[in-house]
Amino acid sequence: MSAAIQIDKVCKKYQIGHVNPTLREHITNVMTLKFLKKKSEEDVMWALKDVSLSIQHGETVGIIGRNGAGKSTLLKVLSKITYPTSGTTRVEGRVISLLEVGTGFHDELTGRENIFLNGSILGMPKKEVRRQMEAIIDYSGVEQFIDTPIKRYSSGMRLRLGFAVAAHLDPDILIVDEVLAVGDAQFQKKCLDTIRKLRESARTILFVSHNLAVVENLCERCVWIDQGQVQMDGESGAVIRDYQESAREHKAVTVELDSTTGRRGTGKIRFNGLEFLSPDGMSQKIIRAGDPVVMRFHYTATDTVEFPSFGFKMYTESGVLVTETSTSHHSIYIPAIEPGVGYLDLNITSLNLLAARFTISLWVTDQTGATVHDNVENAVIVEVEPANLYNSNWFADSRFGIVYFPQKWDLSGIPAVENPTAKLPPPQLEPLPK
Amino acid sequence: MSTAPISSTAIVPDRGRLNTRTNVITEFWRYRELLYFFAWRDIKVRYRQAVLGAAWAVIQPLLNMVVFAFIFGRLAHMPSNGIPYPLFSYCALVPWTYFSGTLGLASSSLTGNTSLLTKVYFPRILLPAGTVLAGLLDFGIATLLLIAMMIYYHIKVSWLMLLSPLAILLMIVLTLGAGMLMAAMSVKYRDIKYVLPFLIQLMLFATPIIYPSSVVPERFRPFLALNPIWGMVDCFRACLLPNQPFDFKLIGISVGVTFVVFAAGLYYFRKSEKTFADII
Repeated sequence: MSAAIQIDKVCKKYQIGHVNPTLREHITNVMTLKFLKKKSEEDVMWALKDVSLSIQHGETVGIIGRNGAGKSTLLKVLSKITYPTSGTTRVEGRVISLLEVGTGFHDELTGRENIFLNGSILGMPKKEVRRQMEAIIDYSGVEQFIDTPIKRYSSGMRLRLGFAVAAHLDPDILIVDEVLAVGDAQFQKKCLDTIRKLRESARTILFVSHNLAVVENLCERCVWIDQGQVQMDGESGAVIRDYQESAREHKAVTVELDSTTGRRGTGKIRFNGLEFLSPDGMSQKIIRAGDPVVMRFHYTATDTVEFPSFGFKMYTESGVLVTETSTSHHSIYIPAIEPGVGYLDLNITSLNLLAARFTISLWVTDQTGATVHDNVENAVIVEVEPANLYNSNWFADSRFGIVYFPQKWDLSGIPAVENPTAKLPPPQLEPLPK
Repeated sequence: MSTAPISSTAIVPDRGRLNTRTNVITEFWRYRELLYFFAWRDIKVRYRQAVLGAAWAVIQPLLNMVVFAFIFGRLAHMPSNGIPYPLFSYCALVPWTYFSGTLGLASSSLTGNTSLLTKVYFPRILLPAGTVLAGLLDFGIATLLLIAMMIYYHIKVSWLMLLSPLAILLMIVLTLGAGMLMAAMSVKYRDIKYVLPFLIQLMLFATPIIYPSSVVPERFRPFLALNPIWGMVDCFRACLLPNQPFDFKLIGISVGVTFVVFAAGLYYFRKSEKTFADII
């Protein structure tokens, strides 16, 4: 069976700088023979560079990437809105592109009239719109205002109406761009339900979103586009993890503490680094909520230290103490440390912190705490990344607290629950500003 | 898994050539409903919140006619080929009003629908074509008044009147051709927006609309023939009014120019439509 979408070495070049010359500029260009000059390469931006993809019938593929990576350009090429500079694409079947909800809505027209117009723009025959009219109005939830010009609508009502039309299209291939970035939780749930339904009926779906949780949940396959090129293509979980890691690439998770000043203590033994490892000992680029983590405390001793106690405190950004722990809290007694270097590992089975930024202070004291050998306040800032903690696609962050508990709901005490395992998609929240 | 593919669409790079893969006529037919919806939208929107509504379709050419009838008919005693001057000028003002008004709207039909062009695919030609179609309603209303005037002035029914649909067709072809050209050009050059109203005003006086072509000196007639609007206007007069002079050769050239304008408009539009979304 041939692919639903076949993209072959597609490139898209944009001229930047002088985008829209006026007639006068054209005339002066002709007069000064400027047009004969070769356009310099600097003025060229490659929105897509040699993109090749093959998407099979019935696949649901997520497309992720930073802003300006070329995701939307790719969708526009597939939707025939813009044409590739080179390369070809082939699409099999009826394509519906939802690059925007409510495309072509006209303010002066009523809701009902706009359903006709929008449906027609999206390629739904008039007969079909008429047949589905009641269902669309019902789905939109704006029955009351359906004969009011939509200039009186709130933006939420407009969105719901627009999506209601889209939800009643019957495409073989659906191309969706960031519809989830807008609208309230209820609206987004509806969107997702509809997309899920399409997926179940084996339609091909191409889905661009910044909401990685949704992508991970909805798509088995994910394509990560970076600077106009396919960076990675494969199983969603793996692609998303690598993508998240790349976003944090420049942040050191091994922190050198040699040059840290403002520390106090005898200096007989000092911390010279803190490292975050995965349980298999590999250096971890990002720390996700719920991950198993090994914290490795590196030290250098310049003198023999007897019965040292190593510990740390962790604070939230607002200064709330999250936890304090040390070797002496575990009643671990280290008789002596000889001069030299070494490290201690703290194994954390599951880092049950929610996504947020935390500050860590470190210390080494003697057994009683009376003598401080080294104390580095605010030594390290750790950023915990959101993760799919409850397997519910709810990416919890600091709005839901600092910590989470390993937990399970039990609904067996509610008499009338038919299917206690049924899951609703979570409300989608705007990402927190960094 | 999935049903057999219904259609296969290939998207190939734009090399400045005409888009030959998608045939204009078949696409136009496939999307005819959308054409109708664009026209319907234009009509619906035009007279929303306008107290006088569709009466504006009559008021504009009527007031023009009254002014011209007073200045040229009464004061200047402009000859009018033996027809009462108000009828003589109104008969030409009806197609002229359609042409000038629709051309203005068509030229901004692309730039005024940026979100559509950048967000959804449909044959771009439907936008200017929709405007041209929508204008026909106003034209029809203005024509009713023309018929009323013809009855008032006791114009005899003649066989030539049966040819008037051809004149209307000519008017549509000219307007659509010029409309496509202007619409596509204003995507690239916003200057069109400023030039066009001025040009339209100029054309009103450069074309025998409020005066008969007989007042144009013989030696300028060939230049007149290069003006497609003249052919359109004179065809209307020749069909509807009795005993109008009709220079087959020159009007034939003028009509030929109309089709050249249409072909040029279509060619330029098709050639540039692939880049609309990128440069609009």
